[in-house]
Amino acid sequence: MQEPRDEAELAEAIAGLTEPVEIRGGGSRLGLGRPVQAGATLSTAGLSGVKLYEPGALTLVAGAGTPLAEIEALLAAEKQRLAFEPMDHRPLLGAGGEPTIGGVTACNVSGPRRVQSGACRDALLGVRFVDGTGQVLRNGGRVMKNVTGYDLVKLLAGSWGTLGVLTELAFKLAPAPEAAATLTLRGLSDAEALGAMTAALGSPYDVSGAAHLPGAEPRTLIRVEGLGPSVAYRTGRLARLLGKFGPVETEDDPASVAAEWAGVRDVTAFADRPGAVWRVSLRPSDAPGFVAGLGEDAAPEAALYDWGGGLVWLLAPETDAAAAAIRAAAARLKGHATLVRAAAPYRAAAGAFQPEAPALAALSEGVRAKFDPRGLLNPGRMRG
Amino acid sequence: MDMPAANADILARRDAIVARLAEALPEDALISDPRQTRAYDCDALSIYSCPPLAVTLPRTTEEVATVLRICSDEGVPVIPRGSGTGLTGGALPTADAVVLGVARMNAVLETDYDNRLIRVQTGRTNLSVTGAVEADGWFYAPDPSSQLACAIAGNIAMNSGGAHCLKYGVTTNNLLGVTFVTMAGEIMEIGGPAMDAAGYDLLGLICGSEGQLGVVTEATLRILPKPEGARPILIAYDSAVTAGACVSDIIRAGVLPVAIEFMDKPIIHLTEAFVGAGYPMDAEALLIVEVEGSKAEIDDQLARIKAIAQRHNPTTLRESASEAQSKAIWAGRKAAFGATGQVADYLCMDGTIPTSALPETLGRMTELASDYGLRVANVFHAGDGNLHPLIMFDANDPEELRKAEALGAEILLLCVEQGGCLTGEHGVGVEKRDLMGRQYGQADLEAQMAMKDVFDPAWLLNPAKVFPLDMRNGRRV
Ligand SMILES: Cc1cc2nc3c(=O)[nH]c(=O)nc-3n(C[C@H](O)[C@H](O)[C@H](O)COP(=O)(O)OP(=O)(O)OC[C@H]3O[C@@H](n4cnc5c(N)ncnc54)[C@H](O)[C@@H]3O)c2cc1C
Repeated sequence: MQEPRDEAELAEAIAGLTEPVEIRGGGSRLGLGRPVQAGATLSTAGLSGVKLYEPGALTLVAGAGTPLAEIEALLAAEKQRLAFEPMDHRPLLGAGGEPTIGGVTACNVSGPRRVQSGACRDALLGVRFVDGTGQVLRNGGRVMKNVTGYDLVKLLAGSWGTLGVLTELAFKLAPAPEAAATLTLRGLSDAEALGAMTAALGSPYDVSGAAHLPGAEPRTLIRVEGLGPSVAYRTGRLARLLGKFGPVETEDDPASVAAEWAGVRDVTAFADRPGAVWRVSLRPSDAPGFVAGLGEDAAPEAALYDWGGGLVWLLAPETDAAAAAIRAAAARLKGHATLVRAAAPYRAAAGAFQPEAPALAALSEGVRAKFDPRGLLNPGRMRG
Repeated sequence: MDMPAANADILARRDAIVARLAEALPEDALISDPRQTRAYDCDALSIYSCPPLAVTLPRTTEEVATVLRICSDEGVPVIPRGSGTGLTGGALPTADAVVLGVARMNAVLETDYDNRLIRVQTGRTNLSVTGAVEADGWFYAPDPSSQLACAIAGNIAMNSGGAHCLKYGVTTNNLLGVTFVTMAGEIMEIGGPAMDAAGYDLLGLICGSEGQLGVVTEATLRILPKPEGARPILIAYDSAVTAGACVSDIIRAGVLPVAIEFMDKPIIHLTEAFVGAGYPMDAEALLIVEVEGSKAEIDDQLARIKAIAQRHNPTTLRESASEAQSKAIWAGRKAAFGATGQVADYLCMDGTIPTSALPETLGRMTELASDYGLRVANVFHAGDGNLHPLIMFDANDPEELRKAEALGAEILLLCVEQGGCLTGEHGVGVEKRDLMGRQYGQADLEAQMAMKDVFDPAWLLNPAKVFPLDMRNGRRV
């Protein structure tokens, strides 16, 4: 494994590559995507460290290899945080390793707060990276608003290391809330839960999480965060609004609220259960019908709804028929299904990502060919 | 600013090209009489103008594809256009180009409150998107000051912002999907009703690409429930440095206002003479901070902001207590451009800086302005460091125009030097095209131009914009 000590060494290493490499941050998300066909590994661990943190400007710049935990601790000390609430994939994947900010960005990892504050790509202000030919490139910057030239920042977020190796990232931060609360409804069907989440998200009460955990004892969760008096007020209003769906329980102990939503974020409900885990992104109101309509072949053992229904997690049989059925149903609804956890051969065969329409796939191929003309960076991760 | 010379071969084939378009389009979708194309000779950067070869005004995505296919086949450049309110010459034609305006495509295609989205044709104006959902208690968040006139098409092409993007983000953060037509005339759907899409974030790449990658004909936009209320507070200081420190303290305190606007002394005086909003004339810097929520939530936030402001000894502190008072506080800010336009021609700059660099940047800008002997007034989005220096000059005096442009360039380079960028929301267009090499290196620009090579290999879409002509390595100019 090569572990360059800085960006210049990384650029040299990539320029000198003669065979494909797998790019490794902290190693906690290597199980995501299709298995990479590469004999060598390139680590970003040496590119670690916070370069700039200005709390008064809500701005952070850090090396790609910086552990996420280090960043989160630093921000917490100033009562700030990353708004997009990145999921920790380790429980679900049964993986070890230490998540890095580069890995979070490469996979555009976001959490329940997506509905309110956007995804990782929305908080990303600037990138430095080394492309597949060994050139050091930058795009965006450290300022909050920037339309100077094309936005390659968004393109690099969620490119799974196939366009370049990220070396440095600039983020817009958010204040950590003074208070938070979870409202819980029990026993709702998926369709009723969707109604409750839709009502909450359609209210002016600035909901920062809306999830539904079906099962023997279904729970529907709504989160509000912010200044103390404001959270108290909005919790009261939402309890009234949601009263028609059943009795509403309110929890405002900070540790309990945090633990509850970390569970939703990390899909811990599926962590120790066998089966393939899918992440399906679609129009929220289509979600219950999508899950119910999957048919015998793909009938999920369990489902979990986040983003007010816009994100569905499925625990499904690891069969070809199930993969085909899930993909087809998602495509019919203009959504897409990502295979997040499964045995490597199954991921290789089924593909991790929903195939794009041919015209789009051609554009994506063109983009990849420009950044990594030799096809040496994480080959196979996004498609075979 | 130089535009490349018109292609003589295309000019020679003008009649044949117009005839081909005429045959393929409904009669009223094509304008070729130079007297009638006048309205399309420039955008809001009206110091530059040029009559196009012809103007097409399609009504459907298929008609857009037809125009693009014909132009592609004929090798004719195409200039996409929304409402023409752009401030950087992004929609400026060349004599050998066909303008493709989407202004007639302004329908609402779908309103879906349950999924918090609206789908519109992109010729629809920004304000009328909110207009379509307002009565039901919803709004579309990005709110450029030009929102009455500018189209969603231009908003997407420029990734436009507005006063309230501190909380809600800019266009790219509120865009879910587009219908997009490539220069080859191929129609594709990118993104859609879901919150993300498979594969690379092509939607993110298209948003802000200034009409150079394809023509956007329909858009799926995120809409939000209207907050219960909003109210501003006006805070004035006797120094810009203090005002800057106050902004930083408000942000650090964890209160997240929807807007923090900053006005300097020259713009306070200009707007006061124009609308008489009752601003304090002794102030060196004025902040308008707006918060949202229920009455009690607003009271709580404003109390916190007031406490922070007071620690910096404001010369004026005026909390709005009514709708009328809120209007008065915003009146001067909203009239800033109009007020400046009353007394002089002006260039509106758009650099962004880290908010921590505010005091130094403002100081250096004042020095630069006096070196050039020109007046500069400042009004900007302080929460996100997006400056709008208004450089006043006399457009009838070519020497003053030259000086104003030179000062503008120096101000933008100052922003870059302070760790910021050339443009926060107006785009590069032709105005900042030749400064791009000062923000990015050749390789950085090559990476961007390579994207245009993928989408539009012949460089026919809006070709003479964004990238310096001499940094294109032989690509079409
Ligand atoms: C008084 C005033 C105030 C302003 N305030 C703000 C502000 O607060 N914030 C802000 O961000 N901007 C502001 N602007 C700038 C301007 O209004 C925005 O850039 C706006 O988005 C332009 O929209 P438009 O429809 O007028 O676009 P146009 O000027 O017609 O075009 C702008 C760009 O978009 C491209 N384009 C147009 N249509 C398409 C299409 N269908 N597909 C692909 N590309 C296309 C054009 O080629 C051009 O490059 C202001 C302008 C004025 C005059």
